[in-house]
Formats: sequence, C-alpha cells, structure tokens
Amino acid sequence: MSSYVFIESRDPFESRDTQFLEETAIAVKERGHNVTVFLVQNGVLAARKTAPRLGRLAEAGVTLLADDLSLRERGIKSDELAPSIHESGIDALVDAVVQENTKAIWH
Amino acid sequence: MKERRLTLALMDPPYESANSTTALRIISAALEKGIDVNVFAYEGAVCLPLKEQVPHANPVKGTTVEEEQHPTTKEFIASLLAIGKDKLTWINCGLCVDERGATNVVEGVKRGSPADFFKMASESANTLVIPTK
Repeated sequence: MSSYVFIESRDPFESRDTQFLEETAIAVKERGHNVTVFLVQNGVLAARKTAPRLGRLAEAGVTLLADDLSLRERGIKSDELAPSIHESGIDALVDAVVQENTKAIWH
Repeated sequence: MKERRLTLALMDPPYESANSTTALRIISAALEKGIDVNVFAYEGAVCLPLKEQVPHANPVKGTTVEEEQHPTTKEFIASLLAIGKDKLTWINCGLCVDERGATNVVEGVKRGSPADFFKMASESANTLVIPTK
C-alpha cells in the first residue's frame, strides 16, 4: 500500500480542474491507498462549511488538512471549517511527504 | 529506504504567486526537522535569489522603506541557506539563468542543469514539483 498526498493550491470557484484532483484522490483511495489532501493558498476556500466542496472526499475516507497560515490570510476561522477538515501547520505536510512509499502531487 | 531528503522544483518568478511563499515555508519547516532539502530553481524561479532586489516604500499606505519592512525573496533564501548550512542545496538552472541574465545571486546558490535535478530527485525520499499555473 502506498500513500498519496495531493496538495491543492487552487480555488475551486476559479479552477474547474480542482474536480479532477478530487476524482483522482477518490479513485486512489478506492484502490486501497492512504490518501491525504492538503489544502493551501486559495485551496483553503473549499474548506469552509458554508462552501461544502469536499464532501465526497470526506465520505471516501480521505484525510483533509487545511494550512493554518492560508486560512488566517483569508480570514477563515477554525470554527468556520467543515467538520471533516482539520487545521494543520505546514510541518504536517513535510512530515507526510518524507514518509516511505509516499507520492506527493502539487496542484 | 532513502534518507530523509526532500527535493523541490520551483518555477515561479518572485512576487508572482503564493507558490513561492509556500515553497519557502516548506523548506524552512523541513530544515527545522533536520531534513536535508534540495531545491532546483527552473525558469523564472532563478530570479528568486537575485541580489539586486531591494525593499520598497508603500506610497499608497504612506509608509517608508523601514516602516514597510517589505520582504524580498533573496533575503528569505539567504536566511534559509545560513540556517540550513550544508543541509540545504539550492541550484539554479544555468540555461534559465543565462536567458534572464540572472547571474548575481546570494551566496550559496549554485548553478546546475536538469541533470542535477534528476540526481537530486533520485536520492530523495520525495520530490515536490511546484509548477506555474
């Protein structure tokens, strides 16, 4: 089993291809791999509970992390996050990508 | 298992994209964890460590250079190289440097080629390619 870390930097309201990342992450998860999606930069706009964009990922069992600095820069508070999203520091991303058998994909 | 070494490929020029800031944060966090980091700067990213960068005032806000404390990417990179010492290797793509005349860079930045990127990636636990949009 491998682990996959998808780093989503794009705003889902601006970039329709964020859907491609979502579908890829779910497909990889369905094949039995560990999958994490790390939201950063404008990617965190999808993390708000008022803009539920990531429900399918959560239902598939994908771990969803949102970069704390990106959230603060955009005025998004912790209690505004969808329940399946965990606020995280960039060090958690570093920890994830240096693990053995892990593939990291930036989008 | 390959040693804990992370390679990043950067392509964005300075002051264009939040990608640069995120990349610098990743490098900083990795160095803090004692992880060796390689950076291959390609295309516009070779301008990130340019020595000629100068901070500026902000006439819209009415702040001086000192008050504005405008951060430059060259200062971030110089600091990371000083903190990381031999744990951080930063290579600028030579062809990209020549195209842009971007030769005057902060101390510690090396010149190389995509062959160096291949070698760095081969020796790393993982490689993160951060492309332009």
